[in-house]
Amino acid sequence: MKRKYTFLIYTENHIGLLNRISIIFTRRKINIESLTTSTSRHKGIHTFVITVNTTREKAEHLRKNIEKQVEVLKAFLYDEDMILSQEVALYKVAIKHITQNNTIEALIRNNNARILDIEQEYLVIEKTGNHEETQKFLELLTPYDVHEFIRSGRIIITKPMKRLESHLKDLEDESAHKKEFID
Amino acid sequence: MKLNLQNISGADAIFQALMAEGVDTIFGYPGGNNLPIYNSFYDYRDKVKHILVRHEQGAVHAAQGYARVSKKAGVCMVTSGPGATNLITGIADALLDSTPIVCLTGQVTSPVLGYDAFQETDVVGISMPVTKWNYQITKADEIADTIAQAFYIATSGRPGPVLIDITKDAQQEMLAQFNYAPCERIRSYHPYPKPNSVEIEEAVHLINTAKKPLIIVGQGVLLSGAQDEVMALAEKAEIPVAATMQGLSAFPSSHHLYQGMVGLHGNVAPNKMTNSCDVLIALGMRFDDRVTGRLDKYAKQAKIIHIEIDPAEIDKSVKTSVAINSDLKVALRLINKQIQANQHTTWLKYAKEFYELEKEKIFSNDLHSTENQLTMGEVANVLSELTNGNAIIVTDVGQHQMATARYYSYNSTDSWVSSGGLGTMGFALPAAIGAALWEKKRQIIAVIGDGGFQMTMHELGVLMQYNLPVKVVLMNNNFLGMIRQLHDVYYESRDFFGELQNPDFCKIAEAFSIPSYRVSERHNLRDAIQKMIDHDGPYFLEAMVAKINNVFPMVPTGAAVDEMLFEEPKKVE
Repeated sequence: MKRKYTFLIYTENHIGLLNRISIIFTRRKINIESLTTSTSRHKGIHTFVITVNTTREKAEHLRKNIEKQVEVLKAFLYDEDMILSQEVALYKVAIKHITQNNTIEALIRNNNARILDIEQEYLVIEKTGNHEETQKFLELLTPYDVHEFIRSGRIIITKPMKRLESHLKDLEDESAHKKEFID
Repeated sequence: MKLNLQNISGADAIFQALMAEGVDTIFGYPGGNNLPIYNSFYDYRDKVKHILVRHEQGAVHAAQGYARVSKKAGVCMVTSGPGATNLITGIADALLDSTPIVCLTGQVTSPVLGYDAFQETDVVGISMPVTKWNYQITKADEIADTIAQAFYIATSGRPGPVLIDITKDAQQEMLAQFNYAPCERIRSYHPYPKPNSVEIEEAVHLINTAKKPLIIVGQGVLLSGAQDEVMALAEKAEIPVAATMQGLSAFPSSHHLYQGMVGLHGNVAPNKMTNSCDVLIALGMRFDDRVTGRLDKYAKQAKIIHIEIDPAEIDKSVKTSVAINSDLKVALRLINKQIQANQHTTWLKYAKEFYELEKEKIFSNDLHSTENQLTMGEVANVLSELTNGNAIIVTDVGQHQMATARYYSYNSTDSWVSSGGLGTMGFALPAAIGAALWEKKRQIIAVIGDGGFQMTMHELGVLMQYNLPVKVVLMNNNFLGMIRQLHDVYYESRDFFGELQNPDFCKIAEAFSIPSYRVSERHNLRDAIQKMIDHDGPYFLEAMVAKINNVFPMVPTGAAVDEMLFEEPKKVE
């Protein structure tokens, strides 16, 4: 049964990793619904947040193949219940609609959005929320003629309390860099 | 070995690093964008041998052959553009077959990257899906660390191919200071997972209480060097052993516990035992589809113990009962400490019955044919007898590969070099060349079909130029035999455009100054092969074999491993 799964991947900050990771998905004909990449707070470590719609088995198989890449430190797999996600959306609306009536201001206020910028001809509204919320707001704004719209990829915070450093330490303990005999 | 040098060029730094890594042979082809490297090569010609191939694909397959027999990383060195892209087939082959190779490709100067310069290709992009790791060096100060990492990554954990692209300006740049040290660790890479003691205990318990255990050895046994540990386990607990194709020679064929090869064209006993054993001990194998047949009917009755170094292979195709994610030798040493002595006489007798069945239905046709023409099986069999099963056998891809896998007796370890996962035709001749650059004592025999031979036969020039003692046995049936067999089994034996109008292969060998002989009659076979073996230097033996010589038994698509075909299915008229 297909469900939404999100990968949180920590990697070295090297050129080419985006390509290496994305081909793991495309090879299996899995569509990436959202991909966000940015620097983490740890020096030299980069993050990728990738959301797909697939079966649990396939997702776990993908996770192992991602983590196997030399420059991937750790790859986590989450279903929707284990994460909190947000995305940012920007909406550009022509100014004439504001001056004509006040309902757009009420709309902005009631939907926890805010005005990011006001120019002579347009204003830019920003809304943070989950996918459904930013989509709903877009639909509410449509009568006001949205000139331009963009949505960011999603970012996530995970529910489990174990820190990345702890996961990385486990990896060091459970694995060796050289072949070692234990007996 | 650490190095500390001053004022050397990038090209020199490359050689210093390669030699520090123990490289003594490079298979290569010079070009415009690796000229500085080749210029430096001259200064190192006494320390590092250069083998000029005839096509870059030959260089990468040779690196593979070298790696397979030496257990070191094979190295090839080519120029940019078409030189680099010609490596891709071999790199993909090395990835699927876990072979450690380091491919050095020249590249245009860094300012023109991305401007469609002469002989420029994005080889890092192109090779990304088929390499374990790759990197582009644009500054000479990256050389030391990159080469150290390349060798560490290629040879550690599950081995694989690494490609390093070096821009021409990096090759020419002068380095004030060159410090080299081998790579000991990469923080994001954990090649040797430690075995979990709980899983070790469970595996030991399953093995000790098994009534019908079966060991399947894969290439992992050879890669890990765990032959002694496997032998100790098999003998102490009296467990029959079968091999995947890439695991051939991991366990001696002549041993009384050895049952043969599993899978698509394997022997009857191993396949039947797979679907009737109670404990399946999978050592260094990945349950490839050529081995399993249909997965929903594969070893469903058995508890499966899987010892495997690559965590992505565990539970990928086949669900395991106990998975030990570790190097095989490391794990087996722990397991063997607790294995009890045991006997499985009835189980072994059961296996023997299948051997007798196969002997009657298949061996008799393959080895003791009364037809006029030679069979591939009998050529392989005589080869085996006359070399005492001790040669290194390098095969190409097709029916001859299956016949040689089945009918050569692998009595020494590390004796089988073939393209398994990718099934690359044309692999054998250059791979045999690579093997010959390392192995000086054992015979190296390349068994090739007429289709595959024509894909890389130009590499005969390398045998000639370097007088390499590779013996080439060409099994010629003027056909793409394996494809024809597949048509016979799955379709209606219509013309599938696979009939080859071949040149006079012996004349081609002679043109390369290689002595040749054509054998087509049974009574000449032994003498012809003996003459080849006794000859000092390269030799070409063409064996004319029967036009139709389909390899059986066969597990057709959609069948379980124990539902083998012994002959072509009868067509309904």
